[in-house]
Amino acid sequence: MEETLNKNIKTEISVKNLNLHYGEFHALKNITMDIPEHEITALIGPSGCGKSTFMKTLNRMNDLEQGVKIDGTVLLDGVDIYKTMDAIELRKRVGMVFQQPNPFPKSIFENVVYGPRINGIRNKEKLMEICERSLKQAAIWDELKDRLNKSALGLSGGQQQRLCIARTLAVEPEVILMDEPTSALDPISTGKIEELAMQLKKDYTIVIVTHNMQQATRISDNTAFFLLGEMVEYGKTDDVFANPKDERTERYITGRFG
Amino acid sequence: MIADQRTTMQKRVHNAQRMNRIMTVVFYCIGGFFLVLILVLAVYIIINGIRSIYPGVFGFDSDGIGNQFFNTVYLVFWSLLISVPIGVLAGIYMAEYAGDNKLTKFIRISIESLSSLPSIVVGLFGYLVFILYTGAKWNLMAGALAVSILSLPSITTTTEDAMRSLPKSYKAGSMALGATHWTTIHKVLLPACLPRIITGVILAAGRGFGEAAALLYTSGQSTRLNWSNWNITSKTCPLNPFRPGETLALHIWVMRTEGSLNAHSEEIANVCAMILVICVLLFSLAARMITKHVTRKQTGDNA
Repeated sequence: MEETLNKNIKTEISVKNLNLHYGEFHALKNITMDIPEHEITALIGPSGCGKSTFMKTLNRMNDLEQGVKIDGTVLLDGVDIYKTMDAIELRKRVGMVFQQPNPFPKSIFENVVYGPRINGIRNKEKLMEICERSLKQAAIWDELKDRLNKSALGLSGGQQQRLCIARTLAVEPEVILMDEPTSALDPISTGKIEELAMQLKKDYTIVIVTHNMQQATRISDNTAFFLLGEMVEYGKTDDVFANPKDERTERYITGRFG
Repeated sequence: MIADQRTTMQKRVHNAQRMNRIMTVVFYCIGGFFLVLILVLAVYIIINGIRSIYPGVFGFDSDGIGNQFFNTVYLVFWSLLISVPIGVLAGIYMAEYAGDNKLTKFIRISIESLSSLPSIVVGLFGYLVFILYTGAKWNLMAGALAVSILSLPSITTTTEDAMRSLPKSYKAGSMALGATHWTTIHKVLLPACLPRIITGVILAAGRGFGEAAALLYTSGQSTRLNWSNWNITSKTCPLNPFRPGETLALHIWVMRTEGSLNAHSEEIANVCAMILVICVLLFSLAARMITKHVTRKQTGDNA
């Protein structure tokens, strides 16, 4: 299926024959896909199809759970993230934005500079610079610049989510994983996040899990459809939605799915 | 038929509402009972204490309770210095590192048993280990260690509960930014549950303040301090923790049982009791205020 993607674009993440078991449960079945650089790749599918689980294999967040067994390879820029890369190092390069905005109970400033701080940057001016750059990139600087020392928990859900994106950007990752980043937000905040994702793809590779098929068509370049742990179809978003090759994909995107 | 059903329905609703009212009254009564109980006790002890005040009662000689007050504060200070680091680290271990296995179960049972030990047993244990075994005389440090044993379980449990009650997303968020487990714990999780830990520590300090039984055979029932002696190795230096150090609560016991030694024994016991009650109340208040302050700072409610 990779042949449907543009060959001129460099592959950022290459997944080959990936299988994941939760104890006895075979949650991901032989997934093979190439995720291209500086594009938005959407993962769609019904609840429990494995799309979020799959995304977590890309930054090894599954390591935190017990009873997870993974085989197959995931290459980031050609390097095997399970065999030759440290999980801590990997997560600095592959950032993640969660379904529920999860700012820390700290000030806005401390939230944004958390990543750089734990990486050893202590210089206050340098941190301030990173904070400003990240918040600007996340298009929330103007809203927050006068209240950097206020608690992040006092922000609205949409602001919190953009703050979490800024927090991820502050680490300067190469890839940003977004796990249904707008499912807890109102339509206006959702629009802002989508707009932001489209701006960010200039500099970052973005993988987004979404329940919302309109969202996938609005913002993504490529779409992968997951069902019962299998990747049923993967291709250019326009192709997948206009001419699905698999009957199951067609039934899902036309809403005729159980 | 339908009318019938309707009346049974009305009856049921009526009964449920009546029960609701009865239970509300019952809960108010229970709450009121405790409020009255604590008020009566505190007011009685404080009034009794104020009426017993005589010139020199707050002094630092055998007629005053200054030395005992200092010993109490100093002993609680040492006991916290010992029990807080161990208790907090143990709580972190239980919440973040302990696996779901037999060892963890065993540790949990140990903590629970430790928390229900009668303090006199801890006192005798302390006497055996810290006094007889080390061959030392009664000293304040032995008392501090005994009180630490008493407050360890509660500090551990408080820390563990506080860590466990945090949203899982804090940990996930920090790990996803490339933090290690330990960095996540001390930069995000621990600060986030600081208010609850502080409350737990202050309440533990309050209990240590009023502890008597565990100190009977450890810290000793006498105190002789020379406030111009700052040679830390001297038996009369106030800051030397390895000297006998009678506390306020012990002083009440001594004054009540061996009262003939002092003409003011009854007044002294009353004043000691008053000071203890006021201090414990202040500890509770401080715990609440600090918790509120830190929580407000984190959540930005005052923004």
